Amino acid sequence: MSGYIAYLVFFLIVALTYSIVVMGLNLQWGFTGLFNAGVVGFFAIGAYGTAVLTGPDRAELIGGFGLPFPVGVIGGMILSTLAALVVGLATLRLREEYLAISTFGIAISIQLVALNFDTLTGGAQGLTGIPRPLFATFGSPGAYNLFYLGLVATVAAVVYFGLQAALHSPWGRLLKAIREDETAAASLGKNPAMVRLQAFVLGSTLMGLAGGLYVGFIGYVSPMDFLPILTFQIWAMLIVGGSGNNRGAIVGAVGVWALWTMSGFAISRLLPVEYQSQGGAIQVIIIGLLIVLTLLFRPRGLIGEAQSVSRHVS
Amino acid sequence: MTTALLQVSDITAGYRPDLPILHGVSVSVSEAEMVTIIGPNGAGKSTLVKAIAGLVPISSGTVSVAGSNVTNLLTHKLATASIAYVPQTANVFTTLTIDENLKLGASTLSKAEGARRIAMAYDNFPVLQKYRSHKAKVLSGGQRQTLAVARALLTEPRLLMLDEPSAGLSPLMVSEVFERLKSLVSTGVAILMVEQNVKAALAISDRTYVLAEGRNRIDGPSSELAGDSQVATIYLGAGGRKR
Amino acid sequence: MLQALADGILTGSIIALGAIGLTLTMGILRFANFAHAELITWGAYMALGVLAITGVFAGPIGPFSFGLPLILATLVAAVLTAALALVVDYLVFRPLRSHTNHMTVVFSSFGVSLLVRMVILLIFGGSAEYYSDELQIAVRLMPGLRVMPDHLFTLGLTLVIVIALHFFLQRTRLGLSMRALAENPDLVRINGIDTRTVVRWTWIIGAALAAVAGVLYGMTVQLRPEIGFQLLLPLFAAAILGGVGNVFGAVVGGLIVGLAESFSVLFIPAGYKMAVPFIILLAVLYVRPSGLFGGMRGGAK
Ligand SMILES: Nc1ncnc2c1ncn2[C@@H]1O[C@H](COP(=O)(O)OP(=O)(O)OP(=O)(O)O)[C@@H](O)[C@H]1O
Ligand SMILES: [Mg+2]
Repeated sequence: MSGYIAYLVFFLIVALTYSIVVMGLNLQWGFTGLFNAGVVGFFAIGAYGTAVLTGPDRAELIGGFGLPFPVGVIGGMILSTLAALVVGLATLRLREEYLAISTFGIAISIQLVALNFDTLTGGAQGLTGIPRPLFATFGSPGAYNLFYLGLVATVAAVVYFGLQAALHSPWGRLLKAIREDETAAASLGKNPAMVRLQAFVLGSTLMGLAGGLYVGFIGYVSPMDFLPILTFQIWAMLIVGGSGNNRGAIVGAVGVWALWTMSGFAISRLLPVEYQSQGGAIQVIIIGLLIVLTLLFRPRGLIGEAQSVSRHVS
Repeated sequence: MTTALLQVSDITAGYRPDLPILHGVSVSVSEAEMVTIIGPNGAGKSTLVKAIAGLVPISSGTVSVAGSNVTNLLTHKLATASIAYVPQTANVFTTLTIDENLKLGASTLSKAEGARRIAMAYDNFPVLQKYRSHKAKVLSGGQRQTLAVARALLTEPRLLMLDEPSAGLSPLMVSEVFERLKSLVSTGVAILMVEQNVKAALAISDRTYVLAEGRNRIDGPSSELAGDSQVATIYLGAGGRKR
Repeated sequence: MLQALADGILTGSIIALGAIGLTLTMGILRFANFAHAELITWGAYMALGVLAITGVFAGPIGPFSFGLPLILATLVAAVLTAALALVVDYLVFRPLRSHTNHMTVVFSSFGVSLLVRMVILLIFGGSAEYYSDELQIAVRLMPGLRVMPDHLFTLGLTLVIVIALHFFLQRTRLGLSMRALAENPDLVRINGIDTRTVVRWTWIIGAALAAVAGVLYGMTVQLRPEIGFQLLLPLFAAAILGGVGNVFGAVVGGLIVGLAESFSVLFIPAGYKMAVPFIILLAVLYVRPSGLFGGMRGGAK
């Protein structure tokens, strides 16, 4: 396999992993109107949860249960679900801003735990040597990556079709009804806060799932992989792809991740060493501009389908 | 009484561009005239007064006051156009005191003039005087209505628009409010009033418009409509269950 | 113990200053502005920029580490911060306000916060900066309690600003219009008041307060592009704890958050200090979402 193709495979694995996060966020924002300002937190919980459950036993660590990968991922998802319940139960009956603020808070708290709870998370070093599922079965890293791409693509496809089915089920129609006229839905005996909670929690669970897949692929976790900027990147993917549109979510994930990596390459090639840190800032500014300008001028997204599913695109 | 004080001509308006609520509604009010608008729930009565007040966008048709065009008026210029408006709901600031509510109503006036008129309002409505430093949320429904009207009159408007001023009032209070409005008309103020209390409305107003499903249905001198069987039909026919 | 108390009050008064501006804009303009923290950073750096450009050096006043130049620089910074807030409101928030989902504005403020932070990083670089390299001598108030004169100044200034703001909101026409706007914007317009003017003044006041908070923070700690980002959660916690829109509440909330942070190190590792505001926030939302003193509008929808 030539270097380029190997890189492309690597790139797609990461992009498709993120696309699962974006679909989770789309359920929250695009279809329910809930602002999650701490996406990275739920992603990180899934990743750390998986790492702790599947990692090798080490004397100085609490975790390292060496459980099978699927068990680890499910465990990570459950942890993300619990975290979502904690903030969701506190806020979903209140003003919508409070959910945003709380999710922002939980992401920061999770980052602190990752950095400081050394015996569980490995602190700043993180946890290394997390087994990659079925790694021994494949002869070469290249073949393994191809396999993993297939795995992530399959999971992303399952999530995509699962979400589409859910959105067209009675539950999905209820979600839509609540979005369009909360009072009317409430008068029909539905509990809007409950339905919103379900959507929020399910979205966060998907973020946890993506976190588990991410760990399985790179084989370690460290706080550096879960910086707040990731929340903005995921948001940019959603907004660019067009919120309220799951196909757009996938396209947005790949597109924005491509833009991010390419701008990173360009900066590392073109900018002199002493300006590299400013280069990083420029990269982030591109993300910020993408979000704000798309909201202002292309509220339906840049590359998503034109058809409007979301109420934000009136 | 040649040109109307308020002339609403053939307006289309709604909360969303793709969903008009009013379809070509026309209404006129002359100087010192009392006009009521009646109609079943959801007929668009409130939407009509809101559109005149610039709170709901008008997509076609015109509104003019004393001959000058005020279509899609910026709401804060109502007072300049000599109009005062009391909405159907949330028509006082419950978190502010009575006094502060009145001060806000006088904010287009000079401080001295505002103070003078607020003092007059307290004379006219003693109940407000009594609670002047209380938050308006302690007021009863009728007292709130009084405060809202007192506030609206501070700018000495030529046209007063009231959206269901009798809602939630006891029959005794209703007749008191209507008496007060009548005496206001006799001082030269024109009134455009939305009412659910059809009988009382027809009894005291000069002319009445019946609105249903966002369209003019019948209008004419109130005394004539009072005996009109069609008015009742529109109410029942359009599914209204009101008195 | 005593020292933790003093430190807590200092951090608390800075949080309080920032939270006043946030609670005002949250209550009156009805949205949680994630970019408020970046107004704080911007204000702090603008003052630094003014100091650097003018290069005026006059000695510090009395026991404080700063002199007239920093005070002037703060005034300029307040103006520049207000300008930034007005520009952002005009370019971003105002066009999005008409959206059916008002969270779109909140989300856009999230994007704006990132942009402002990165622009500051580009202009000023990422390393820590200081307004002055004067060494300050701590004053010993009693055994076991030393405070910097600057810190006392910060506390005093917070109190002065709160009282002034209270009178402004209670006694002036503009203040009255602001409180009214928090309850019912349409009715404010019906009363003949141009809400756009009131909105503009709310931004100006909120941003100016943010700038002052930024300078005080920079004076007592150090300047980094992330200071606002790190303050955001404490600010929200303080504003919600005190009741959104409630100025006194924001001050009490700020002090509680500051004290809780500084006392927390007695019980939990210092690394978790930043999570304390989140715990407080969650507790408030579960137990008493309208805040300790109730807000201009309640916490419920
Ligand atoms: N803020 C709003 N946004 C969208 N639609 C609205 C809004 N307010 C009213 N409507 C719709 O406009 C239509 C007319 O409402 P309007 O309030 O004008 O009726 P009304 O004649 O005043 O009724 P009522 O007697 O109950 O006060 C209704 O179908 C209503 O659902
Ligand atoms: Mg009505």
